Amino acid sequence: MTGSMDLPAKGGFSFDLCRRNNMLQKNGLKLPGFRKTGTTIVGLVFQDGVVLGADTRATEGPIVADKNCEKIHFMAPNIYCCGAGTAADTEAVTDMVSSQLQLHRYATGRESRVVTALTLLKSHLFRYQGHVSAALVLGGVDCTGPHLHTVYPHGSTDTLPFATMGSGSLAAMSVFESKYKEGLTREEGIQLVSDAICAGIFNDLGSGSNVDVCVITKGKTEYLRNHQLPNPRTYASSKGYSFTKGQTEVLSTKITPLKQKVEVTEGGDAMEE
Amino acid sequence: MVGKNCFAIASDRRLGVQLQTIATDFQRVFKIHDKLYIGLSGLATDAQTLWVFRILDSFWYQRLVFRHKLYQLREERDMKPETFASLVSALLYEKRFGPYFCQPVIAGLGDNDEPFICTMDCIGAKELAKDFVVSGTASESLYGACESMYKPNMEPEELFETISQALQASVDRDCLSGWGGYVLIV
Repeated sequence: MTGSMDLPAKGGFSFDLCRRNNMLQKNGLKLPGFRKTGTTIVGLVFQDGVVLGADTRATEGPIVADKNCEKIHFMAPNIYCCGAGTAADTEAVTDMVSSQLQLHRYATGRESRVVTALTLLKSHLFRYQGHVSAALVLGGVDCTGPHLHTVYPHGSTDTLPFATMGSGSLAAMSVFESKYKEGLTREEGIQLVSDAICAGIFNDLGSGSNVDVCVITKGKTEYLRNHQLPNPRTYASSKGYSFTKGQTEVLSTKITPLKQKVEVTEGGDAMEE
Repeated sequence: MVGKNCFAIASDRRLGVQLQTIATDFQRVFKIHDKLYIGLSGLATDAQTLWVFRILDSFWYQRLVFRHKLYQLREERDMKPETFASLVSALLYEKRFGPYFCQPVIAGLGDNDEPFICTMDCIGAKELAKDFVVSGTASESLYGACESMYKPNMEPEELFETISQALQASVDRDCLSGWGGYVLIV
């Protein structure tokens, strides 16, 4: 195996290990599972803008890998995106589109529009025919008003007044369908989103832990991280485990003091012409 | 595992192919710079393996050391752990459709000796944590052991005891890990 030390690639995916992996799989090697977000993500449009909500559990098969992960990703100061599906895909896709939007803002000098983010996301996902498994709820407020969209892994999109995605989407959608009405106030919107996420947390096994909420209005975005903590850890014993020093058998110890870094600053002498 | 202005990173020492042990002193935690370490665990499932590839993927860290050295030459300083984690995540995600078979655990001290730990799955999905991160064949046991044994703001001596006990307890319940452990405390 020659690991050629080439310069960083130009970007995009690199497929050079595929042939090797296929050969390994034919010999019986199982590919390690990816971390999924197994989520409940929701969004709704209220009278002044958009409210997005997400749970905070990340799963790796049946195990909870992260009890408090962030699923509401930043796209632009006025646009946020919740992601469900494979965790690496949602993070990579939202970071990539966020950078492209920033470059676009520098080029045009204007605030980003939600449809720009939408088009960038859907064209990327369609190009990979659903293999980049990212299901997103994109919401934001721009000069044309508040917008809420859902993006499916194959690249199709929907524009809706309220939307849910992820494994807990049915539980959350039932709450929305019964309680949503047009012209909600900010408090009602946040309450409804929290109720929908809690429905997902308590009724879906792939969602859990806490509720994150993000409220986007014209000119202001509020990210309420851990807005509700309906699953506190109450069973922890107050004494905890305490180990006495020397309880672990040590075969050998090596202590290396770290080198002090000395900064040399030159006196500011002007250069002679 | 995170302690008070310090971190500990530990791994077991067994290297094996299915149920056969090849080595009992295999080093899995590698140094990137004085205050940044990365541990690379192999496959989480151990079906019939071609162990050559598995070990070579564990030596993937040499590519990371190379990238860090380039960074040091350009920026004239060491990489911060958060930056390094993003680098590893990007390198792993590049191979999204033909991934490397390793799951890294990254631990480092950032600005003001603030400890930083994170783990990733084999395609680069970062999981930052404030208390502990685990990976490997015994990861399910490790989650349980660390969850119960961890206490916030531990001093280095206590942190060493806790992480060793958690590692030994979990590894004792896993056939594919064992033969003691290496623990690094910074």
